[in-house]
Amino acid sequence: MTYGILSYGAYIPRLRLQRKAIAEANSWFNAALKSQGKGERAMCNWDEDPVTMAVEAARDALVGQKRDGVSALLFASTTFPFLDRLNAGVVAGALSLPEEISSNDVAATQRAGTSALLQALAGRGDTLVVAAEKRDSKAASPVEMQAGDGAAALLVGEGEPVATLLASATRSADFVDHYRTIESGTDYGWEERWIRDAGYMTIVPPAIASVLEKAGLKASDVTHFCMPAVLPKLANTIAKATGIPDAVVRDNLHAVCGETGAAHPLVMLVAALEDAKPGDKILVAGFGQGVDALLFEVTPANARQTGRLGVKGHLARRREEANYNKFLAFNDVIEIERGMRAEADKLTALSAMWRNRGAVTSFMGGNCTKCGTLQYPLSRVCVNPNCGAVDTQVPEPFADKTGKINSYTADRLTYSPDPPAAYGMIQFEEGGRWMMDFTDVEEGDLEVGRPMRMMFRVKDVDTQRGFRRYFWKAAPAGGSAGA
Amino acid sequence: MPKGIRDKVAILGMGCSKFGERWDMNAEDLMVEAYIEAIADAGIETKQIDAAWLGTAIEEQHVGKSAVPLAVALRLPFIPVTRVENFCASGTEAFRGAVYAVASGAADIALALGVEKLKDTGYGGLPQRGRGTVNNMTWPNLSAPGSFAQLAAAYRAKHGTPPEDLKRAMAHISVKSHDNGARNPKAHLRNKINIDTVLNAPMIAEPLGLFDCCGVSDGSACAIVTTPEIARSLGKTDLITVKALQLSVSNGTEAQHNSWDGSYFATTRIAAKRAYAEAGIESPRDEVNLIEVHDCFSVTELVTMEDLHISPEGRAVHDVLDGFYDADGTIPCQIDGGLKCFGHPIGASGLRMIYEMYLQMQGKAGQRQRQELPRVGLTHNLGGLPHQNVCSISIVGHYDG
Repeated sequence: MTYGILSYGAYIPRLRLQRKAIAEANSWFNAALKSQGKGERAMCNWDEDPVTMAVEAARDALVGQKRDGVSALLFASTTFPFLDRLNAGVVAGALSLPEEISSNDVAATQRAGTSALLQALAGRGDTLVVAAEKRDSKAASPVEMQAGDGAAALLVGEGEPVATLLASATRSADFVDHYRTIESGTDYGWEERWIRDAGYMTIVPPAIASVLEKAGLKASDVTHFCMPAVLPKLANTIAKATGIPDAVVRDNLHAVCGETGAAHPLVMLVAALEDAKPGDKILVAGFGQGVDALLFEVTPANARQTGRLGVKGHLARRREEANYNKFLAFNDVIEIERGMRAEADKLTALSAMWRNRGAVTSFMGGNCTKCGTLQYPLSRVCVNPNCGAVDTQVPEPFADKTGKINSYTADRLTYSPDPPAAYGMIQFEEGGRWMMDFTDVEEGDLEVGRPMRMMFRVKDVDTQRGFRRYFWKAAPAGGSAGA
Repeated sequence: MPKGIRDKVAILGMGCSKFGERWDMNAEDLMVEAYIEAIADAGIETKQIDAAWLGTAIEEQHVGKSAVPLAVALRLPFIPVTRVENFCASGTEAFRGAVYAVASGAADIALALGVEKLKDTGYGGLPQRGRGTVNNMTWPNLSAPGSFAQLAAAYRAKHGTPPEDLKRAMAHISVKSHDNGARNPKAHLRNKINIDTVLNAPMIAEPLGLFDCCGVSDGSACAIVTTPEIARSLGKTDLITVKALQLSVSNGTEAQHNSWDGSYFATTRIAAKRAYAEAGIESPRDEVNLIEVHDCFSVTELVTMEDLHISPEGRAVHDVLDGFYDADGTIPCQIDGGLKCFGHPIGASGLRMIYEMYLQMQGKAGQRQRQELPRVGLTHNLGGLPHQNVCSISIVGHYDG
């Protein structure tokens, strides 16, 4: 038994905002955007955030893995929805991880993802590391153009690792290329040329030299160089400065996804693992107030990683979004008139949320030990008309089941941030059903019998109190984590 | 099987307000409007009423909770008054309370009044309502049209009905009800429409367009009931009595158990069977003369024709298109215009339906009067959502005693 990365997964939201749409809307103001209007950036649906993306990436990584062995969860992001509520706790609940785990949010720097991974690799026991990012941005800002939303997850622990850590190096420096505070809301950045010369080129190469020296390897031994950097050709310049062959500099996914912030080193690492052969050396760097450099060796077990979507699969699960206004509305950059129906009070009773956490957060139903009927939610009296036994149900997880549409509609009357609201009855063939919201589906794709999988999403947003609640929704199956 | 309510209680008087956008009326004013007609029709005084029931469903939009608003509006003399709420069956529930009170002997004369003031919301369609603290955490933000629209998806899948055939039958239902409503001075919508208007209307919730949805109105309706003996002693002849009152309430089977396919109302099928048994009806298609059903949406009316065991399963589309339920058909459905043209002031609807039966059976329905006086009439309310609801059915008819 050796220690290392046991499995990995990723999540990229299905919507891809066309950069051309951003450029066309804003080049009247900033003509320089015209030349940047190429490719696409991943964009959260209205009901996605770092928590929901983290859950999906973790589910992707946990395909075929036992969850009850996980003893720690580290969630890295600079865009946590909650400032004072453990975001990792929501993720752990949605994943039905054991209550005995330790869980932590790792925050406040773009290298939060690599730092969380380093922390996990230094520990003992199985640790799930997940990183997710969804950055707010001003219209016509560089971040809006360059960023993408996304997440990655890695399970680290004892077993048959797909990759082992050969060495790591870290440098800390209060180099402020940009910052974000509650007051600023969005990133405030400094000149790119300074960031390149005084930041990346000064801080990163020594750490790379150090990690190679610790591992006893030469720069030319590196076969995958994951260097997230939005500045064009910067990764290549760093490779040149450190002797890493230019050919092994990995694509930063700018054209197809955008830079996923604190998650991006791990997104690139997962993408590299998807391509890697046994014996490959993957060097991944995370830059932000210093640098983390991690050097991995890929093992033969990597070839046995199957059943997940990963970066490739999620990039293929894609829908073009050319409506820039929709992106602005989803992110509250513009205030859209939502109508009086949107005013309905969405107060969540926190006591009821806690009491119903199994049904709501974990999508846990019941299995009647007397008649065998699966049902949602778990209740004291069995729903089977021919049973009705009392207190016979044991918990039955529904989150990873695939259901089918029993009835549906696309509702234009009710309030939805993205009308029409699609919802309907989802029936699980082995038992159980629920009237639930659909997501990531087009009206024309709705039909009775269509297989649907469960995804953890924002149920609704309580704008009056700054709260959001989560629940499971049905999305078309296929291209799925665990289903 | 219990003996039931058949012929134990007679309708002494009824009243119904004009339904519509009654911008100048409070709910209390609408109550009085319906009540004045009913008490005059009954030929009694307020002090003769022993007990009263008020049906309201969205009380937070108008009168607030409890039965006090009815007692205050009518200045009832400190008698027992009870407010009932059971979704769209609230009006029929008020009627059931009054009828049961008389049948039990607890009251000689009882009043049932339903009212709803829906047009103080500031927007179109039914008001947004709370669903409960826990339900809000898992239920979709479903609207009434979005919920009932799903019947169409499941019905099409079950019976292999082409979408355009179903949509056409649904359109026929709305055109028929508008034809009827145009002849009713108390209806909210009194315009005739044609098939193309329905088919080309804006989509509300697939496949329900604007004209597949009933109106939203203010209104009130009222019944005064007593025993047949007391009715006769008060000089009434040709009594209309209650033959059956049934209620069936979902227990979670449809919402949580896979035995229900989504294409019909489980509650309606059960309540209808019980009601026919209570009324002594063996073949509803041959014995029922007139029906008023809960046509909140055209598709609801369509599947209800089967759930009432009048159209065979899978055949409602044909019966509808054949005109079986038209005003001049075999069993007219919504001869007064239905929810489609009256709108659906929740608490009032059930009593408004019984009011039409009461008029038709006495030959007092004006322009829309059936040539041959109906002898057996059925009213039906469906409250809630197809997968979780309450269904009330009442059957009234000429007194056989």
